[in-house]
Amino acid sequence: MFVRSSAALAVICLSSSIALAQATKLTDPQIAHIAYTAGEIDIKAAKQALDKASSKQVKQFAQDMVRDHEAVNKQALDLVKKLKVTPEDNDTSKALSKQASEKLAELDKLKGAAFDKAYVENEVAYHKTVNNALETQLIPSASNAELKGLLQTGLKIFQGHEQHAEHVEAELK
Amino acid sequence: MTPERRGALAALSLVAACVPARAATIQVTMQNMDISPAIVAAKVGDTIEWTNKDVLMHSATARNGDFDVNLPPKQTGSIVLKKAGSVDYYCRYHPNMKATIDVAP
Repeated sequence: MFVRSSAALAVICLSSSIALAQATKLTDPQIAHIAYTAGEIDIKAAKQALDKASSKQVKQFAQDMVRDHEAVNKQALDLVKKLKVTPEDNDTSKALSKQASEKLAELDKLKGAAFDKAYVENEVAYHKTVNNALETQLIPSASNAELKGLLQTGLKIFQGHEQHAEHVEAELK
Repeated sequence: MTPERRGALAALSLVAACVPARAATIQVTMQNMDISPAIVAAKVGDTIEWTNKDVLMHSATARNGDFDVNLPPKQTGSIVLKKAGSVDYYCRYHPNMKATIDVAP
């Protein structure tokens, strides 16, 4: 019963924002894991779009997402190596991954313009969610100055992605 | 002053007047998905040099097709301004990065 209600709670949290299930403060190894996972999720979504999207603009956007998130995640890997931090899996990362695979499956059923629209809409929503989590939780919780700096740079980049996605979304209408 | 010398002097100042003001190199930085300064004033013959301080690929792509410079992460690229006018440009990979060069004759 306890398990079921906490799962239900996680689902409720997910629908509005990222479920930061931890009541305790996130540690740097957990923050690094969450940030890296969030990037990987967007790369996977973009690769699906490169396969399935019909609009040239949407494909271009997906290519930009792969290029940028791979670059940022490479920076993140280099930093954790330098800091000798091992990213630590946690409930937030797990919830993010679970939600992402559900979204991938959902989008997989769509074709043509319907896929394009759903992908771009999700990109807008996803970047909003991640940016909000970065701003309000991950950046304030990070202890290491270099990790904090990288997250702040990431936030700038992902805010750019959010605007780009909104622009593509407007063009599709 | 002899007429010859006066003539030589006049010729010299004429040469000086014909040499245009030294062309400047104007630095523009791309960092954190931002182009700074967003508006630069330049003259024909000036060089614009962009420095990409991000870990991401950027470009300086003119809306009117005048130039399209690829700027890989942590690298610079430049162009020499050949004609007067105002040129809007953006990053092909991040279209929300926009800036302008005002080129005076």
